[in-house]
Amino acid sequence: MITSLNVASIYVLDKDEALDFYVNKLGLEKGNDVKQGDYRWLTVRVPGEGGTEISLEEPGAPLHDDTTAAQIRELITKGAMSGLVFLADDIRGLYETLKERGVTDFTQEPTDHFYGTDMGIRDPFGNAIRILEQGKVEAVTA
Amino acid sequence: MSREVEESNRHLLRARDAMDRAYAEPLDVRAVAAVAHVSEAHFSRSFRAAFGETPHRYLQRRRVERAMFLLRETERSVTDVCFDVGFTSLGTFSRTFREIVGETPSGYRAAPPPIEAPNCFQMAAMRPRVAAGVARRSSSFGEAAATAAP
Repeated sequence: MITSLNVASIYVLDKDEALDFYVNKLGLEKGNDVKQGDYRWLTVRVPGEGGTEISLEEPGAPLHDDTTAAQIRELITKGAMSGLVFLADDIRGLYETLKERGVTDFTQEPTDHFYGTDMGIRDPFGNAIRILEQGKVEAVTA
Repeated sequence: MSREVEESNRHLLRARDAMDRAYAEPLDVRAVAAVAHVSEAHFSRSFRAAFGETPHRYLQRRRVERAMFLLRETERSVTDVCFDVGFTSLGTFSRTFREIVGETPSGYRAAPPPIEAPNCFQMAAMRPRVAAGVARRSSSFGEAAATAAP
């Protein structure tokens, strides 16, 4: 029986830039950062959770030939790859915090729905990130 | 070469996001092109090359998708919905809605509702498809009439 999701991975264009965004802007913490030869196993995770590691992967050798890597990079920058959905508390407070930290790529301001309040941002490369504060909201606007 | 494409894509995506976010505002192609840091003429062409449709059409589908939501989930009148989602003329709204969805706004409202899913999934799933071969008209978005898709 499978008991939990251990690692999910997303493609990024640059691991250092990704680490800066996911840790210093979004507020995640660094998980693993291990080099083996040319390969750098780099993950981030929700602080204190002990849950899923998010592996930050760059397209390229040895898994991809140059043409394939270029295609993936183009898809990332078109926003055509899959993204991440996080849960948060006080999402409007988080929204203000993200703006203070210099995040500008909001795809959606905090918006109320019947299942809670969510917002959308993009990471520096084009990946979609959604953040949801769960809970009933009385006056639904959109 | 590849890096240039990536940078261009990222700028175009930022402009597309601006349309998704600010669909209710009176957007024109010049303002959206400015988000992508390109000229108006170059913007429409490169947007279409990246995403398969003109920015004008993309914005129309975004507005129609939001109108579909409001027609399903609220009691607002068709006229109110038209202005809520950024159209400035009821005639353009009704014609565009019908062209994209295949029925009138009030006809759509009368139909059975879809399944409930978190908003981001519903927005993606419910976004009307690109209608292949549908004639494109000029509109208040300020874009010249484009030819049909190749």
